[in-house]
Amino acid sequence: MTAELVRGQNHPLSGTRLEIRVSAGQPVMAGATLGDADGRVPGDEWVAHPASPRLPGLEVSRQAAAEHRLAIDLDALPEAAHRVNVLLALPSGPSGPGRFGALAAPFVAVTGTDGTELASYTVTGLDAESAVVALELYRRQDAWKVRAVGQGYAGGLTAMLHDQGLPRAAETAARIEDAVAQGASRAVSAPPAQVGGDAARRVAPAGGGPADDRAAVAGHDPAVPSATTGSGATAGGGAPSGGGGPVPEPAAPAPGPISYRHPGRRTSAPPEPAPAAPAAGPGQPYQPVAGDATGWTMNERLYNQVWGMFEDLARAAAAYRSAVDFAESRLEQELDRVLSDPRTRVGPAADAAREEARSRQAQLVEQARGVLDRDLDRLVAEAEVVEHALPPAFARWDSPVWHGYQVPLETPMALRLGDLHLPERRDLRIPMLVRLPLERGLWIDSGRFAGGADASLVDSAGRRRLAMDCAVAHAVRLLAVHPVGDYSVHVIDPAGAAGAALAPLLENGALKEPPVAGARGVSEVLGRLTQRVDLVQMAVRSGAVDSLPPDLDTSEQLLIVNDFPHGFDDRSVTQLRYLADEGPSVGVHLMMVADREDARAYGPVLDPLWRSLLRVTPVPDDHLADPWVGHSWTYEPSLAPSGSEVLRQVLWQVGQARKAYGI
Amino acid sequence: MTVNLSKGQGISLQKADGGTLTAVRMGLGWQAAPRRGLFGSRTREIDLDASAVLFADKQPVDVAFFQQLVSKDGSVRHTGDNLVGGAGQGGDDEAVLVDLQRVPVHVNNIVFTVNSFTGQTFAEVQNAFCRLVDETTGQELARYTLDGGGPYTAQIMAKVHRVGNGWQMTAIGTPANGRTFQDLLAEIQTVL
Repeated sequence: MTAELVRGQNHPLSGTRLEIRVSAGQPVMAGATLGDADGRVPGDEWVAHPASPRLPGLEVSRQAAAEHRLAIDLDALPEAAHRVNVLLALPSGPSGPGRFGALAAPFVAVTGTDGTELASYTVTGLDAESAVVALELYRRQDAWKVRAVGQGYAGGLTAMLHDQGLPRAAETAARIEDAVAQGASRAVSAPPAQVGGDAARRVAPAGGGPADDRAAVAGHDPAVPSATTGSGATAGGGAPSGGGGPVPEPAAPAPGPISYRHPGRRTSAPPEPAPAAPAAGPGQPYQPVAGDATGWTMNERLYNQVWGMFEDLARAAAAYRSAVDFAESRLEQELDRVLSDPRTRVGPAADAAREEARSRQAQLVEQARGVLDRDLDRLVAEAEVVEHALPPAFARWDSPVWHGYQVPLETPMALRLGDLHLPERRDLRIPMLVRLPLERGLWIDSGRFAGGADASLVDSAGRRRLAMDCAVAHAVRLLAVHPVGDYSVHVIDPAGAAGAALAPLLENGALKEPPVAGARGVSEVLGRLTQRVDLVQMAVRSGAVDSLPPDLDTSEQLLIVNDFPHGFDDRSVTQLRYLADEGPSVGVHLMMVADREDARAYGPVLDPLWRSLLRVTPVPDDHLADPWVGHSWTYEPSLAPSGSEVLRQVLWQVGQARKAYGI
Repeated sequence: MTVNLSKGQGISLQKADGGTLTAVRMGLGWQAAPRRGLFGSRTREIDLDASAVLFADKQPVDVAFFQQLVSKDGSVRHTGDNLVGGAGQGGDDEAVLVDLQRVPVHVNNIVFTVNSFTGQTFAEVQNAFCRLVDETTGQELARYTLDGGGPYTAQIMAKVHRVGNGWQMTAIGTPANGRTFQDLLAEIQTVL
C-alpha cells in the first residue's frame, strides 16, 4: 500500500532498509543531511552530497540526474542522528533552469529494498526556490516515520543548510556545487524516457505547463538532437524560462566523452592519483614524497609506504649481511688454504697471501657498506618525509598532529604500536603499524628482558610501572583513534597496584567503570566479556545479528589485565584463554601486562596463551622478527615524551566528546 | 632487437646507448599438455617451475622460486607459480624479475633453471623457451629456444653474470634431473 502524502503529512515506516526514489524533469542534485534530536546538523560530516556521497547507513549519487535512488539503512546511522532530511537542489550555473518553478514538480517515493512503495510525495507549489527539503525521516520513540516537508529555499543550498544549523553552510554549499559541476562532465546518461513511461507519468505538471518527457532525457545521440538535452548540469537545458513557461528548449548535445559506466551500478570513485616521487635527474638528490604508494586513501597509501620501507630496509640489511658473511667465510677459507700448504705456511709469501685475503675481505665489506649506505640514506630521507605526514593513528606522540587532535568519525586502518630499527642504522625508525581491529591481543612484558642495559637497572616494581604506563599509552591511542563510543576499555587490576598509571584514564571519564579489583571483580568482568563473545559469535554464525539483546554493548572492547595471574582462579584463567582465542574476531581484545615468571606455576599449559599474544616491551628490546627475512628488530614502544601532557589532552577531548554524545 | 641465442652463446647487457640495464625480466614459457576432451580435468598437466639461484663465487647464497618468491635481499622476484603452462605461443608462463642495481655486491652469478615438478620429462614439453626482457622498456633482448627435449626433468637455461661493471647473459641449455633447484646445485657448479 502506498500512502500518497500531502505536505506536512507523516507516515510510519515498517522497515529500516529503504530506498528513496526521486524523479524530476531535469537533472537535480539529491543529497541528505542528518540531524540530531533538535534537528540541527552539527557539521558537514553529517551531510551526504555528491562530493561526499557516503555516510554510515546512507548513500546518495555523485552527480545531478533526473532520477535518483538513495539507499538508506536507518539502523546503520550514527546513534545520535534522529533525522534524515532528503533534499534536492538545482545545479547552479547559467545553463540550468535555476528555479524549481521552471520544471515539473519533483516526485519522491520511499520504497522498501524489494521495490514496494511505502509512501510517495509530489513536491508541488514551488516557484523561485532552487533547493528544497523534500522529505524528512525522523525517529519517534525508537520507530522511524517519514514526513512530507516540501520546504523550498529561494536562497538555494546555502540558505537551506544554514537553516538546518550547519556551521559554515556556504562553504559546504559551494563544495556541493563544485562537485555537481564536475560530475556533469562524467555524468552517466540517463536512459531515454519512453513517452508515457514511468518517469514521465510520475512527473506532475508544474506551473500549468505540460510535462515534457524531453526534459527527462539526457543523451549523447547527435542523430536526434531534437529529442535530447545534454546530460548533467552544464547542458541541462536552454535559457531559464519564465513562470509557467514551457520546459527549456532542447539544447545541443553535450560534447565530451561517452561514459561507459553501467548506469545501474554505483562504484566508488577512483581515488586521486598517488603522489609519486619525481624522477631525480642526474646529480640531483632523491626527493621522497609522502604517500608514494598504492591505496584508495591517503592513509592507506601511507600505510603501504611504511610497510614498503619496512620491507626495503629488511632486504637491504639482508643483502649487506649476506655479503659480509660471505666475505668472512671466504677469508677463512683462504686463510685455511694458506695454512694447509706446508710450503706457504710461513715466510713472506704466506704473509702476502694472508694480507691479500684480508684486503679482499675488507674491500667486499666496504663495497657492501657503500650499497647499504646508499639504500639507507634513501630510506632515511623517505622516513623523514613520511613521519611528518602521518595521521594521529600512525604518528608518534610527539607529532604535532596530536595537538590538533579531534575525535575521528571512522576507525583508521592501522595503529602505531612503536618503532622498529636495526643495528645497521639506529636513527632509521620504521613505524610499527598493526592493522585494526587487532588480530591478536597484546602482551606487554613486565618481566626481565635480555636487551637494554637500562632494563636491568630497574627493579621489579619499576618494571611493572613502566609496563603499565606503556599499556596506558597504547590504550589511550586505541581510544583516541576510534569514533566516540566505538571503543570501551575495561581494566582488571586485582591488587589495585596500577592506580597511579591508570590515573589519566580515570580522570577523564575514558573508563566507563573503575578498574576492578579482587578475585570477585576478576570473575565478574571475565564472565561478562565471555558471555558477550559467545552471544555475538552465535549471532554471527546464525546470521541473526539483529536479535542480539538491546543492552549488549556492541562496541569494540579492550580488556587490560594487570598482574596476571594474581587474583585468577582456574576458571578465570580458562575464560581469559577463551577471550584471547575467540575475542578478536568479535571485537574483544586483550592487553596483558604480565611477567611470564609470575605464571610459571601453571607450567607449560599457558605457553599457547603467551604465543597467541603479540609481545611488546616497555623498553627497547630486539625480539620482533620481520615477515620477509626474519631479522630481529629492536622494538621501542610509542610513549609520550616525558613531561608531556599530550595523553591527558587527548583523553580530555575523548571525554568531552563522550559527554556531548551522552555516552 | 632480439638476439636468438644458441647454446653457449652470450650477450652483453649493455644498452645500445652505453648505459647499463637496471631491471630485467627473465620470462619462461612452455606449451601445456594437450587437453583431453572427456574428463579433461584429468589431463596430466605439466608443471614446470622456474627458479633463479644467486651465487657468490660458487656458493649459492639466495634463491627466488615458487616457495620463496622474493630472494631475501629483494633483488630477484618470481611473479608466481604457473602449474599448467601456456599455449606455447611465446608468452611468458613464469617470469623472474631481476633488479640488477639491487643485487648484493658479492653475488656474481644468477642462474635460471626450469624443473619439471610433476615429473614429466622434457620429451613431453614443447616449445620451451626463455627470454630476457628489459623491464624499463619492455623490449626483448635475447631469446633462447630449447630444441629437442630429451629424457631429463630439468634444464639449466641461462645465467646472468657480472662482467666488469656490467652484466652479461649466457645461454646454457644444460639438461639435468631434479624436482626443484636444490637437486641441480651440483650440476650448476659445472656451468658457473
